[in-house]
Amino acid sequence: MPPAAPRSGEAIFSSVERVNAELFTLTYGAIVRQLLTDLEEVEEVNKQLDQMGYNIGIRLIDEFLAKSNVSRCADFKETAEMIAKIGFKMFLGVSASVVNWDADGSCCSIVLEDNPLVDFVELPDTCQGLFYCNILSGVIRGALEMVAMKTEVTWIRDMLRGDDAYELQVKLLKQIPEEYPYKDDE
Amino acid sequence: MQFFGGSEISPSPPVPTATGNNAHRMYIFNRNGVCLLYREWNRPLHTLNPQQDHKLMFGLLFSLKSLTAKMDPTNAEKGNLGIPQFPGQGCSFHSFRTNTYKLSFMETPSGIKFILITNPRTGDLRETLKYIYNLYVEYVAKNALYTPGTLIRCELFNTALDQYVRSIA
Repeated sequence: MPPAAPRSGEAIFSSVERVNAELFTLTYGAIVRQLLTDLEEVEEVNKQLDQMGYNIGIRLIDEFLAKSNVSRCADFKETAEMIAKIGFKMFLGVSASVVNWDADGSCCSIVLEDNPLVDFVELPDTCQGLFYCNILSGVIRGALEMVAMKTEVTWIRDMLRGDDAYELQVKLLKQIPEEYPYKDDE
Repeated sequence: MQFFGGSEISPSPPVPTATGNNAHRMYIFNRNGVCLLYREWNRPLHTLNPQQDHKLMFGLLFSLKSLTAKMDPTNAEKGNLGIPQFPGQGCSFHSFRTNTYKLSFMETPSGIKFILITNPRTGDLRETLKYIYNLYVEYVAKNALYTPGTLIRCELFNTALDQYVRSIA
């Protein structure tokens, strides 16, 4: 039995139950707004969004794997393509592209062509340091950690801050080999 | 967008070829060797306490995987037996059969191991395990009350699992 081919992001996106995009955008906006009120510091909000994303990512990875039929990726390049082509399409309904590879293939950028999180959003002057979509970087970090890749995900370009696109830099720090989890004398 | 709800499970379960109660036991481990779930439907003999039993099972799979990777004739790059592997390295097995039982095994890239022990005459259960993975996603991963890495105490998952394994031929 040959392994089943990965399903396309579109196919999965259209086969699952979805929530209305505007409701989603506004709910996310309300969360960020509430965090800003509760935590006061913009830097703290960035951290909290990243942590929330991480908690989502460590669960989301299983849904991604179960529904997409993706098996283990041969290298980090394939992994990045999977996130951009299948992951973003499957969960957010948008496509993304992978660009700017460095020489040894451990660092790249994911550029979002469309970002449903930021509709109706404008950053006021008091929040210029806010990474509004920081939840996305947390999701990617959490999901990749579950497949044994330690990564660092940072925003390079953000349209809310006046750039011309949304660009996330994903940097592979290390791959964690599988280890026997028990001690011998236990 | 798919962040809330969605109880529909895809793909649809493989069609059972006959009815019968063939499943004996099921284990789910995470990659840290924690036994997330142990279900028993038919096991007349217990020789070890549950902790030892789980550890033995996990150890068996871990060693067997390392052995299969070592014996892989298609891959020249392999170190000594038992050296840690990166994800994506080596090959893996999906089942073995003895005269009294069959063990089917699936490991997801996220390191969750699904083990189903059945009657030795059961056929290929790879699709079955995939379907159980989908059950896991719907009832466990999406369950806000479940903390990842802990024992699965989710009635809905157990019910769905019990019901499904009863149909395994």
